[in-house]
Formats: sequence, structure tokens, C-alpha cells
Amino acid sequence: MSNPPLPDVRAARLSAQDYALRFADATPALTPGQALLEAERCLYCFDAPCATACPTSIDVPAFIRRIADGNLRGAARTILEPNPLGGMCARVCPTETLCEQVCVRATQEGKPVSIGRLQRYAVDALMASDRPQVFSRANATGKKVAVVGAGPAGMACAYTLARNGHSVEVFDAKPKAGGLNEYGLASYKTTGNFAQRELQWLLAIGGIEVHNNWKLATAAQLDTLRAQYDAVFLGLGLASTQQLGLPGENLRGVEDAVDFIARLRQASDLATLPIGRRVVVIGGGMTAVDAAVQSKLLGAQDVHMVYRRGPQSMAASREEQEWAQTNGVVIHHWLAPLEITAINGHARGVRFAHQEQINGQLQPSGEEHFIEADMVFKAIGQRLGNPVLAQVGLDLDQDGIAAAEHGETNLSGVWAGGDCRAGGLDLTVEAVEHGKRAAYAIHAHLCPA
Amino acid sequence: MANLHTRFIGIDSPNPFWLASAPPTDKAYNVNRAFEAGWGGVVWKTLGEDGPPVVNVNGPRYGAMLTPDRRMMGFNNIELITDRALDTNLREINEVKRNWRDRALVVSLMVPCNEPAWKAILERVADTAADGIELNFGCPHGMSERGMGAAVGQVPEYIEMVTQWCKQHSKLPVIVKLTPNISDIRHPARAAKRGGADAVSLINTINSIMGVDPATLTMVPSTGGKGSHGGYCGPAVKPIALNMVAEIARDPQTAGLPISGIGGVGTWRDALDFMALGASNVQVCTAAMVYGFKIVQDMASGLSDYMDEMGIASVADIVGRALPTVSDWRYLNLNHISKAVIRQDLCIACGRCHIACEDTSHQAITASKDGVRHFEVKEEECVGCNLCVTVCPVPECISLRSLAPGEVDQRTGKTVVAEHADWTSHPNNPMRA
Repeated sequence: MSNPPLPDVRAARLSAQDYALRFADATPALTPGQALLEAERCLYCFDAPCATACPTSIDVPAFIRRIADGNLRGAARTILEPNPLGGMCARVCPTETLCEQVCVRATQEGKPVSIGRLQRYAVDALMASDRPQVFSRANATGKKVAVVGAGPAGMACAYTLARNGHSVEVFDAKPKAGGLNEYGLASYKTTGNFAQRELQWLLAIGGIEVHNNWKLATAAQLDTLRAQYDAVFLGLGLASTQQLGLPGENLRGVEDAVDFIARLRQASDLATLPIGRRVVVIGGGMTAVDAAVQSKLLGAQDVHMVYRRGPQSMAASREEQEWAQTNGVVIHHWLAPLEITAINGHARGVRFAHQEQINGQLQPSGEEHFIEADMVFKAIGQRLGNPVLAQVGLDLDQDGIAAAEHGETNLSGVWAGGDCRAGGLDLTVEAVEHGKRAAYAIHAHLCPA
Repeated sequence: MANLHTRFIGIDSPNPFWLASAPPTDKAYNVNRAFEAGWGGVVWKTLGEDGPPVVNVNGPRYGAMLTPDRRMMGFNNIELITDRALDTNLREINEVKRNWRDRALVVSLMVPCNEPAWKAILERVADTAADGIELNFGCPHGMSERGMGAAVGQVPEYIEMVTQWCKQHSKLPVIVKLTPNISDIRHPARAAKRGGADAVSLINTINSIMGVDPATLTMVPSTGGKGSHGGYCGPAVKPIALNMVAEIARDPQTAGLPISGIGGVGTWRDALDFMALGASNVQVCTAAMVYGFKIVQDMASGLSDYMDEMGIASVADIVGRALPTVSDWRYLNLNHISKAVIRQDLCIACGRCHIACEDTSHQAITASKDGVRHFEVKEEECVGCNLCVTVCPVPECISLRSLAPGEVDQRTGKTVVAEHADWTSHPNNPMRA
């Protein structure tokens, strides 16, 4: 009787050179010549659809025209005024479903202007310049605001408040500020430690103090913030992950994709990261794609991304799906996990039930499918999962903190934004918009005109 | 393939594409290469009087106006006439012409404005096999400071005088090259004709400064921190040149005087424009300096295919064909009504037509319809100005439609009539006939 194969999970599958090559910038920066040529493709549309499609309402034609006429500083200012995290958004925005989707050049030529890449070009140029600051802080107002969470929402809020002269203290649970920008994106989307460089640029406005390793664990903490500060902004993201609730979920070799991604982002040497020879990623969103592609890049031989519905329902855009496929990830549709099977307490594969859609209802067809795996990553969504929020009396919706248009919660003096706020797209750029809008509202509240 | 043979003031060439007197025609090496590539003729780079040759700067001689993808729209130079010895040039001219008997070889000349100087150089040129001479009365930089080039071309009396000397002291056909740096091109052209010129060629380059370096606030191009105006040419100057060619061609005093068209010719279409407006051939420089001599093959191919398609037998049949359509404003038909039409199937909804019309013209294009982004002409406002056609990025998407007699102009409420009526008889014209 032959033994079943043992789990094959190893670090250092590649040479140092291969790691560097594989985790280089997925979309290289434009050269000055490329940028000029691409900028020239912009038609400077009237009431430009791209600007309307941008959650932060960046005046896209204006910044592109400034690139074309050699005013990179003005281009960057046009971007950063409505979106202080325009550098990161340029890298991670699903532009193919936002600005670039509605670009008239797509209608005309099937190829939109590369708005995201141009945006990155302008912001990078500013940040590399001798005078990277384009805005200055207003006179101090004497008001103090607490921001919980140093992710895109929290930092956009903190920056906007600081610009308006308020003193801001940011409280964050992690050792480093940045939130998902630091811990949650595929590393090839934000190379060169950009999350921290952008953070330094934001902090350079002045008036922002960041406290790390501060977890919101008790109701008393929030009460204290409300008592000691003139306003509080909650931008704490989604702390918990959705679980499969299936046998085998706690086996060795089974992990939340977000933890894998965070580990990868923080690794100083990618060769120290163990990866399975065969990897299954369960889920259909961008987190699933990031985990699957990076598994492949770390040297996994077979990577399967498995989603229970059809391609149309995947949260990952078509471009993201194609990116995964280009990197050798096999995408399976219509498979719902039943069980993670084990060998010696370690995952050895996933059993799936084939699904079909009947009258809009997802139903098992009766067929089963087994995919061998040395590692299994779960990427089926995140949730708020912080009991303190309910304890302090915040109104919660199904998926987050209930908030009005500008982020006002039911608690006076408390605003909320980003992924922790109910509804929305859960995009970096949307988090920035939430933070910025809330900051405007807080400013108006603290300093009535 | 159509026959592109051209006879211009008695000079034969296998096609109407000549290289203008300029850097590409400075020496035998270049001219031989040009003829190998297929150019019909060259005007040899301008010769000066015998003696120590002119000197050029050792910094940038050229500047350019480029599109963002670095296509050259305009070109500027401060190079002077040939800086090689007269003997060398004359010897090479002779050799080249003997080797290329079917091609046109004209020699450009510029000497001080006195009869002995012109007589002397003409005698030297007579000893070569050159087909003709071109008088450089056009160069706007450097030589003009010494009383030559444009300094002569800007004074019709001088043009007439020097042309007469040349006709008197040379048996060769004389082409007078005109400067556009004047107020009315007809005056120097008339002077050339009075002086006995066999033809005029135009335009020479236009006085120009390309710009300023924003970092140093120094004009560009500059030679060690200082620059001087140069001569502007290339595609950007073509419309100016075309107008001047047409002005001379339809001026009763110069009509029929052969014209060699110069200014931004880079394609067969450019050549067609010049010839249809009265030029018998064209001269090219900038396009060759950008792409090399091979472009003549594309120009010849294009013109030939065009002629075949149109059933035009000879290049001469094109010359002046569009001239009857060039008129003065006062004779334009004020009863003619045009309206813009936007093809919705081609529209990409960029809105440029709308904002151009809304901000700067007649508010005649919608931005939305029933709350949806939509661009459509409001005929009751449209004056048919053509602005939207020119700003639309999609070819054929917007065009002008001529209203037929009997249709009602929605803007004025008047019915379009077939009769011609122009300003000369318009009731608002106090000078009406």
C-alpha cells in the first residue's frame, strides 16, 4: 500500500534573483517620453466622464494636460487636492472599472488613456522633487481630533483635518501605520516601500501624531477619546475575516489570505516564506487574486482560485482575473467548498460541490470535485468583528457602522468611514473619499463659518 | 504609373519634386544621394561671391516646434549660405549635372547688391552645366544684416534691378526666390516680373524665434546664451505659403508667371495643394531633413496614384486647377447656408464640440438630452462656422451640410434661395453697387 503524498510546503523555492524579478513593479512607471505621449491621448473632455467616475472627483483632464505641458507640480496638486493618497490610488485603484472604463478613448479606440499610470507619474515626480509639499497647514484652530485607524480613510481624514489647522492624533492597532496600504495589498502593486513614503509625505503637513499598537479593545477607550477630543473619526477597517464553517478549516496549511498577504508585505526576505507546491485560494475578489498570484510568484507549481459562482459575479474585475491567469493561476467557477481534507493534521486538498444557478438560486448539481492542495487560503470576505462598537451604542448595519452622507454616526462627535462604514465599494479610493468628506464635516462642525 | 515629367521654364525633370536650396543640397555627396533616391531636381545651396567663405556658428543652427509625439510642425534655422569655397561648389555642380543629365540642377546665388558682383558670379556659373539660377532674396537671417537676402527681397526696386542684371549677364533662366517677410507678396512678385524673371519661387523662411528656455530664461536656440531670429519653415508655414502662391497666381499683373512652390511640402498632398493653387513644381527641404531623401518616392507614388485615379494625364494639368475657386470675401455667396451635423453612431461623447461652441461660438451644441450626456446640433443657433468640425477628434463624425434651396434656415426662419448674393450688393453695405 503506497502512502499518500506528504504536504509539500517549502520556503526558498526560487533564487534571490527570481524573487526580485517576480515581485518587481507589476506596472512599471512611465518614462517621461511615454507619459508625454500618453498624456497627449487625453481629449480634455467637457464634463469629463473620468472625473465623474472618480470617487474622489479628481479633475483628470486637468492633471493630464499639466503633464503634457510640463507642469508636473501642478499636475500633482490637481490630484492631491481632492485625494491626498493619490499616489497609492494610482497604483491600486481598479481604474478599469472607474475612470478608465468611461474614458472616451475606450469608446473610440478600445484603449482608454492610462489614467492610473499618468497619475502615478505625476505624484511620483512630486514626491521625488526637492519640494514635495504642495499644501501648507492653516493656522492652528486649537481643536483636537482623534482618528482611530491609520489606513486610507484615517490618514485621509487626519491629513485633511491637519491641513485645516486642527491637531490630530491617530491611533492604530498595528506596529506600522498605513492599514491595508501597508499590510493588505499585493506587494507588486506598491513596490519600493511606497506606503511608508506616502505616509511620511502625509505626516509632513504637520499637526498629526500617530500612536501605534493601540487596539480598540474596550468601550472605555472610545469613551475617553470622545471626552478628551473635540471629535472622533473611526476608520478602523474590517478586523475579522469570514470563515468557511467547514470541516478541516483549522488544519495546518489553512490560512486567511489577508494574513498571508500581510506576512508577505512585511517579509524582509521573501525566501523565508514557505509556500505550498499546490495552493487553493477560495474566493473571487481582489484579495483572492492577490493571494493566488503571489503564491504563484513565490514558486507554487499549481495555484487554483476557486469561486462558487460564475465569472460575472466575481468581485475581481476582468482585468484582475486576466492578471491572475497571465500569472498562471487557474480560475475555477461554480465550485463551493465542502471540506478541507487532511493528512497528519495538515491540509491535503479541498473537496468541492459543483454549483448551478437555477431560477437565480445557487444549488449543488450533485457533482463533486477534488483539488489537491498543500496550502489553502480563505478569501471570502472580511467583517467588522469588533464588539466594542456595539457596546458604545453605535448603530450598526449588517456589514458595518451606519453613517450618514458625510460619515456622521448616531453618536454625537463621532464620524466613521472606510471599510468599517456600512455599504460602499470597499475600495482604497472610496476610503480616502470617506476620510476627506468626514474631515470637511468635522471641520465645519468645529469651526462653523 | 502616371507620367510625372515636368518642364519648368524650359528645365526638364522626371518629377515635380525638387530639393530647395538648403543644407541638403550643399555638396555633391548629398545631391548624388538625393538623385539616387529619385528627386527630380535640386537647387544647389546658395553660393556667395568668391573670396573667404562665410562662417557659421558652432552651436545649434536649428530649432523646432514639435508635437508631443515629436512630429515636426515647424523648423527654424540660422545657417548661412554655403560656407565652402566657390571653386569647390562650382566644380561639384558641373560634375553632378554631367552625371545626372535628366535631373534639374539650378544654382542659388546671393552676392552684394552691385552689378559687378552679380556679373562676376554669373560668369562663373555659366561655365558649369547648371540649368538655371535662383536669386536668393529671401534669407531672413545673417546675410540680411549685410544687405543681402531678405534685405533685397523686401525692396521691390532692388528685386527688379538685380533681376535685370541677371537677365542681362546670363543666358540661364532666372528664378527669383521671394521672402514672405513683407506686407503684400504681390509687390515683390511684380517687381521680379518687371525685371524679366522667368519664374518666382516662394516662400523663403519666416522671421522667427522658437521660444525661451524656462529654466534659464534664455531664448532658444541659443549659442552660448545668445540667439538671433532664424528662418521658420516646415508644415506650419504651408498655409501662409499657399496664400502667397495663390495671390501671385491670380494677380492680373503676374498671372501666368511660373511659380515654384515652397513651404512645408512633405507629402504628395502638400504638393497637390501648391500646384492646384498655381505652382508648376515644388521644392522641399524640412521633410527631407527630418526623414531623409527616400520620402520623394512616397511623394511620387502618391501623386502618380492620385493622377491615375483622377484620370489626370500630366502634372501640368493640375497646375492652377483650384485657382478659380479662390476669391475675395466680398464675392462669397451670403445666401449659402451650412449647418453642422453630428453623426451619433461615430460620436464618442468627449464633448469638445459642445464646450468649444458654448464658450467661444454660438451655443449651438447640446451637452445632454433627457438628462443623458448627448451632443447634438441646435440648428436654430448654428451658423455653420466649422469650429466643431475642426475640434472633433473623430474623423467624419461632424460635417457641414449645405441646405438645399427651399429648405428653411432654422436660425433665421428664412427659406434658402438658389440665387447668389454677396456683399457687393448687400443692403448693409454702404458701398454696394
